[in-house]
Amino acid sequence: MKREITSRASFSRRAVLIGAAQFGLFGAIATKLYNLQVVQHGKYATLAQANSISERLIAPERGIITDRFGVILAGNQQHWRALFMKAQCPDPEAVLDNFSKLVALSDDERARIDTDIADRPQYIPVLLKDFLQWPDMAAIEVNTPNLPGVIIEVGTSRIYPFGAALSHTVGYVGRPNRAEAKSDTVLALPGMRIGRAGAEAGQDQPLRGAPGFVQTETNVHGEVVREVASDGGTGGQTVTLSIDTGMQAMALQRLGALPGVAVVMDAQNGEILAMASNPGFDPSLFDKGVPTDVWKGWMADPSHPLQDRTISGLYAPGSTFKPTVALAALKSGSLTPDSYLTCTGSFTLGDHLFWCDNHVAHGTINLTTALQVSCDVFFYQVALGVGENNISAMAKQLGIGTDLQMDMPHASPGLVPTLDWARAHNIHWAPGNTVVQGIGQGYTQVTPVALATMMARVASGLAVGPHITRRVGGALQVGANAADWPALDVDDRHLALVRQGLFEVVNTPQGTAFAARLMLPNVQMAGKTGTAQVHNDSAAEKMKNFDAEKMAFLDRPNGLFVGFAPYDNPRYATAVIVEHGNWGAKSAAPIARDLLTYAVLNDPAGRDAPLGGQPTASISVPAIAATDVPANADNGTAVASTTTQTQ
Amino acid sequence: MNTIDSYAISLHRPFRDRSFGLVRKFLRINWLFVLCVCALAGVGYAAMYSAAGGASTPYANSQLYRFLASLLLMLALALVDIRLIAKLSWPSYLLGILLLVAVAKFGHTGLGAKRWMTIGGVEIQPSELMKLFLAMGLAAWFHRASYERAGNVFFLIPPILLILLPVGLILKEPNLGTAVITAAIGGTIMAGAGVRWWKFALVFAVIAIAAPVLYHHLHDYQRARIVTFMNPGSDPLGAGYNIIQSKIALGSGGFSGQGFLHGTQNQLNFLPEKQTDFVFTIIAEEFGFIGSIAVLGLLFGIVSIAFYTALRCNHQYGRLVALGIGTNFFLYCFVNLSMVMGLIPVGGVPLPLISYGGSALTAVMLGFGVLMSVHVHRDVEFAVEEF
Repeated sequence: MKREITSRASFSRRAVLIGAAQFGLFGAIATKLYNLQVVQHGKYATLAQANSISERLIAPERGIITDRFGVILAGNQQHWRALFMKAQCPDPEAVLDNFSKLVALSDDERARIDTDIADRPQYIPVLLKDFLQWPDMAAIEVNTPNLPGVIIEVGTSRIYPFGAALSHTVGYVGRPNRAEAKSDTVLALPGMRIGRAGAEAGQDQPLRGAPGFVQTETNVHGEVVREVASDGGTGGQTVTLSIDTGMQAMALQRLGALPGVAVVMDAQNGEILAMASNPGFDPSLFDKGVPTDVWKGWMADPSHPLQDRTISGLYAPGSTFKPTVALAALKSGSLTPDSYLTCTGSFTLGDHLFWCDNHVAHGTINLTTALQVSCDVFFYQVALGVGENNISAMAKQLGIGTDLQMDMPHASPGLVPTLDWARAHNIHWAPGNTVVQGIGQGYTQVTPVALATMMARVASGLAVGPHITRRVGGALQVGANAADWPALDVDDRHLALVRQGLFEVVNTPQGTAFAARLMLPNVQMAGKTGTAQVHNDSAAEKMKNFDAEKMAFLDRPNGLFVGFAPYDNPRYATAVIVEHGNWGAKSAAPIARDLLTYAVLNDPAGRDAPLGGQPTASISVPAIAATDVPANADNGTAVASTTTQTQ
Repeated sequence: MNTIDSYAISLHRPFRDRSFGLVRKFLRINWLFVLCVCALAGVGYAAMYSAAGGASTPYANSQLYRFLASLLLMLALALVDIRLIAKLSWPSYLLGILLLVAVAKFGHTGLGAKRWMTIGGVEIQPSELMKLFLAMGLAAWFHRASYERAGNVFFLIPPILLILLPVGLILKEPNLGTAVITAAIGGTIMAGAGVRWWKFALVFAVIAIAAPVLYHHLHDYQRARIVTFMNPGSDPLGAGYNIIQSKIALGSGGFSGQGFLHGTQNQLNFLPEKQTDFVFTIIAEEFGFIGSIAVLGLLFGIVSIAFYTALRCNHQYGRLVALGIGTNFFLYCFVNLSMVMGLIPVGGVPLPLISYGGSALTAVMLGFGVLMSVHVHRDVEFAVEEF
């Protein structure tokens, strides 16, 4: 009984104490209520006066996108637009009729406006018309008394100073569709855009920013009497890409009129310095809506300008796949650094004959020589020895045939077949399939970014992942330092051996890319050429001594080159593909040489300011310069420049 | 004087007969408490009616039906012997944990957190039920503890685990607000059970020292994740839009209010979904400071009666459960009102009995049923050995 009383007494004391504390907190709430409701009543009453205060959200300005040196790749251009606030208008139908007498509205536009007015909350204005011309503006201003609820304000639209040159990398924005506007009220604001491709889509959230608001007091007729409060909101963050615009411009210039791809990557951290996909398109058209004829033109164009070949173009890697096969064989032990295999110019498997390049017999050679002269027969045997599953596993480790987690949408993983894959697709896998896999033909398909990643990983020994976002809002992103990446699970001696073979490809007279060696003192490039057949002519396949120059353009093989430099201290990895360019050594290798020469001389990797302090982007960039973007220009000028832009 | 007399008499005449009549039990229910609960539900009905622009649909009537159903549940529960309820403490606790695990697996997402699930067409929020079940579990544990025993550190390890398990599960939803409330209820019951004050001071000190150090060592993106975690989806328009509108609604109410159905902030829909978490703004705007204080008084009336019930109860189980239920209700009110006035940024905590929605209401009324059972059975012989 004594215990019960002690326990109860303790409880009672404590319960009273806890109760008192809770009473005290209730008291604090009551005090705060008194302060809000009685003391500050006047201030809040003004804010809430019946129907006299209306609030309107304002779209934040979209963040800009720059290259690594601060050159603007996506900016904002100002223009005038007319908005409508239903909260300030007693009769929307009449106002819209008056408005359409001043500014022509199509039936479609009128229908959209009516739906928007019915759908949107009070504080979200509805867009009537953007890109207003000066005469329209004047007409609206003069007729203000007949247009209660109509507001004219400065809006921004997206401008891409480099146009097609960076169209795939930077991407483009579009207007949110109705479902998107419903799911997120902020997207219903006039002027809000959603990134649809490239970095605009990959970094859409930080680029968007947070909306501001304006509270205005209006009289019974809906005329604005004064602004009560406003908050500009938070503009989107600046996104700094790892791209070096100068290098990108050079890549495009060197590709010229040929459809193709050039990727340059920082082998130590996976940052992409250039990713040119030729041809491109004008990304600014998407902001206003692409005209139908332009769209039809793009769709009909056999060179598919909208496709970003760098991340979604699928190519047979050809001989550029040989380093992967070699590493797979070295890892499995089926090939050793001292192994010698014999090439008689052809290889027989069952009743099938596989030719070496041009029927050349290379004799008895080891791995480095086989890479140097690009001997097919050597790799037929190596592939057969190591097997398709080991090749596929090594390819995935090097970044081929696997999802590389790119920070931009629509990237394809490519394909390196395995037995399981063949079974799943009802394909009978014969040893001959493994043989051609050894020289990167058959079912194997890679993206140029994956090839560049493979080269970067072989060059640095780090499992770097390709990415283009270097900074968001100034903050360096994870992955910008070599220490952010794990080491590759491949023996360093094997990597060194393959790198030596790739060195001999470029820097010995017998090497297939000797003509494309760097003309720089003390700096060498290493690399591998590739010439990948794109058509299925079995005769040409068997002969293997076709004269590519005489073939129809679309039947010609693709020219490929992967490489890295400097050989002693690998920093830059590249992959170049010239579609139907015939020999990789002649078409792709010289472009890679020029890009790596540029890279070595300007050394942009890891830098936020160009070497020597001068912007490198002045090299042969398209006509519109970054200075054309009116950051805070006088409104009149902005409208004028918009007019010229739309012509 | 009268109270003390009846208390003394009841000590001498404990209910030895377990099956004392249902009618007598019914009459023993604290009808002042029931009156307070009904009054608050009435306030809620008025607010729902006003939120719909002066219509009993879609909110007011459906909420009224839900309230009447849960009121019947509460009255029925009040007649169940507290010793039976006590025996169900552990199964209930287990059920609560299972529901929390189930919601993590099969639940659906609302306001950026996985906290809802549907069972037989009824939406439930297991974290709301868990607060009651935790109070019951802890009360069962400490029922047999003397004041000396509550001072034993090893005796405290199981109840601490009892608290941390559901708190961890709720944190994972993520629902920081409810997790903190759950932990606070657990802590309050332990304080009531006689756990020494210095141990609480020690725990607070460790948290206060560790938190900034931990925060300092996080990456930027991890910090951003924590900020999002603390405030999931509660402010979709940015720029503190809800808080600004909420304060305007409170402030424009003034001393006597703008009048029923005449609150401009409310009627012009400046606050999205105002009938749920921000329901207090409707009352404050239309009935002013007087109305707000009256509601505050009713809310505190309920808390007070819960404490009164705890103090009058003759067994430790009832005392602790009543303390937990009263504190739960208090924390609901305090967190919700602080949020509405912009003092704390946590979202997703409704104002009990008034906000629109069924799951929190049902959980609160279940707790009140247990509370009334404690009140009805305050004098039963409930020996330590009965566990």
